[in-house]
Amino acid sequence: MTITGAPPRIEEATQAPILQLSVTDLSLRFGEATVLDGLDLTLGPVGCTMIMGPNGAGKSLLLKLLHGLIKPTSGRIDWSGYSAADVTARQAMVFQKPVLLRRSVAANLDFVLRSRGKDRDRCHALLDHVGLTHKADQPARLLSGGEAQRLALARALATDPEVLLLDEPTASLDPASVLAIERIVSSARDRGVRIVFVTHDIGQARRMADDVVFLHRGRVAEHAPAAAFFPEPRCQAARDYLNGKIVV
Amino acid sequence: MFRKILGAAAIAVAANSPVFAEDGAIIVQSTTSTANSGLYDHILPIFEGKTGIKANVVAVGTGQAIRNAQNCDGDVLLVHAKPAEEKFVADGYGTGRTDLMYNDFIIVGPAEDPAGVTGMTDAQAALKKIAGEGALFASRGDDSGTHKKEVSLWKDAGVDPDAGSGQWYRETGSGMGATLNAGIGMGAYVMTDRATWISFANKQDYEIAVEGDEDLFNQYGVIPVNPDKCPSVNVEAANAFSGWLLSPEGQAAIAEYKVDGQQLFFPNAPSN
Amino acid sequence: MHSIGESIALAFQLVLTGSADLIEIVGLSLQVSLSATGFALLIGLPLGALVAISRFPGRNVVLAVMNALMGLPPVVVGLLVYLQLSRSGPLGFLGLLYTPTAMIIAQTILIAPIVAALSRQILEDLHCEYAEQFRSLCLNPWQSMEALLWDARFSLLTVALAGFGRAVAEVGAVIIVGGNIDHLTRVMTTSIALETSKGDLALALAIGMVLLTIALTVNAAVQMMRTTAARQAYV
Repeated sequence: MTITGAPPRIEEATQAPILQLSVTDLSLRFGEATVLDGLDLTLGPVGCTMIMGPNGAGKSLLLKLLHGLIKPTSGRIDWSGYSAADVTARQAMVFQKPVLLRRSVAANLDFVLRSRGKDRDRCHALLDHVGLTHKADQPARLLSGGEAQRLALARALATDPEVLLLDEPTASLDPASVLAIERIVSSARDRGVRIVFVTHDIGQARRMADDVVFLHRGRVAEHAPAAAFFPEPRCQAARDYLNGKIVV
Repeated sequence: MFRKILGAAAIAVAANSPVFAEDGAIIVQSTTSTANSGLYDHILPIFEGKTGIKANVVAVGTGQAIRNAQNCDGDVLLVHAKPAEEKFVADGYGTGRTDLMYNDFIIVGPAEDPAGVTGMTDAQAALKKIAGEGALFASRGDDSGTHKKEVSLWKDAGVDPDAGSGQWYRETGSGMGATLNAGIGMGAYVMTDRATWISFANKQDYEIAVEGDEDLFNQYGVIPVNPDKCPSVNVEAANAFSGWLLSPEGQAAIAEYKVDGQQLFFPNAPSN
Repeated sequence: MHSIGESIALAFQLVLTGSADLIEIVGLSLQVSLSATGFALLIGLPLGALVAISRFPGRNVVLAVMNALMGLPPVVVGLLVYLQLSRSGPLGFLGLLYTPTAMIIAQTILIAPIVAALSRQILEDLHCEYAEQFRSLCLNPWQSMEALLWDARFSLLTVALAGFGRAVAEVGAVIIVGGNIDHLTRVMTTSIALETSKGDLALALAIGMVLLTIALTVNAAVQMMRTTAARQAYV
């Protein structure tokens, strides 16, 4: 019998670091549709990598592949010798639409701390960190979009991830919420959490990026340090994208 | 959450402490007429007051009562089908059968009397006439004492009612009360014991059509279940119960039970 | 013919006079059916949750069997339990036949499949929503099941209600394994059957109305809890 969603076993944190990441010839196809087509990518051990690219470039699916939630059609994902499925527990992912449990804000956080064998007393500090202390006892599913996403971030941080994967967490949020989330992510980055951040928001990418991965047509069209990418992208698609042209 | 449910379940179980295992309790596998007519409500408190033995009555058709007792699910059998009772004893399930009391069967029918049998005193002739007219007849059809008696009457009358099964002959496969309800609902004649009829509350326009035939005699017997076959039997209490029923005191208690001023059961235990 | 009005009046009279017999019968009905519901939840919910999150060969067969068992005729359940608990049956030595415990066992068997099948559907729908997040959080199956069961708690209340309703309303199983013994195993439905067989249709109907009132009260309470929960987006 298999349980759908059965996770890999949770590795102890005393293991060798999982970065750097090296992705080789990664392809993902659904029937006739090719989403990723021989993608190669290398990520170093620190910093905040912003993944950009037009709609349908495969950004979200790339994150899920790196997180071990789905399997590639072919190719290799290598987290310093570990497969993606081996290291799911050492990463955390924040989805575009957070799935919150049908219980209070604090209970959502407590559930993760308890399930993952973490210190449950950290609940209060984590809520404080994301500015939700005053909402602790409120039903999580009545939170505003920005609050819900901050709770999702707190939940992700509660697992003490080595890598934090974010899939457009601020899409369609108000500016104050965007700022709050960016601050939380930046502080995690400063504490040494490796950030991989998918965004559509060019301003956000400029604010957050140490380096940028530009996806186009299922491949990495460009991977460059932020300081080099934004002034003068090398590939045409990225140039068009930054100039506000429609890229397909 | 599991803890909460477990807690609730534990409370539920605790509240449901077993009631069965008290000493001095017996199960009486009984025919329905004695229970439905209220006889037990009258005599059991007297018996329990005297002996402290709790008699728990399971009221089902005679056939099922005998089968239940054969499965050792009773301490005393109180039914009304003499041949079946004698076989029960002969097969070793009972220690001995004793006549306890009697009343009689009657045939009841709607006031308009479609078969024209009202006032007849010959049961077989009346049944023949009902069959001949094709008038509706509701039978227990459940292997009960009453049903066994009815079948034997048809046989004596030389009529095979099964030929009309589903047409004029309606087998309900139910207890006496349910069969009366069904029979009255469809305007059919019904054979019933007099005790059930007198205490029956849904008579509507029904009246006694046929009574007074010797063949309609209805004898009840009592049998303690044999501990050789059924070691779980509460022998002492079972013997105390049947002994008391057959004693002058028990017989008097049976005789004094009346509904609407009419005596329902006539004690006829052999005097020692 | 007895009118419904007569029965309603009688029902009120029964309730208002607080007849000791009626209280005893209602009490036993609730005790038996609530206990059976509790046990059925203990068995059915984990089973429903397990099947909801599992994929294995023959799963469709299991689903079909679960759904089919929802339609178990009470009389058949009563007979099966009788055959086990009868003194001549394999469990006869327990001396449980004709006790409230036997009635609880029969009703538990009757409604556990209802709980399992209905909760499986609810939990599977919820799991669709949660599965990816749970995999990201690396929950083990037991943690997933527990989270699903708790988060579906208000929907599962309705499942419990369906089970309780079926248990408290059935007569076929309890009359066989309980024997309808006065002051011992007589519950509302067997009383109704008894009064019907005595031809006392008004009294039978009156007890039926008391049963209906209890069912309505329980339903209303659950409905209120669900409404409160919905306001908190917990449903």
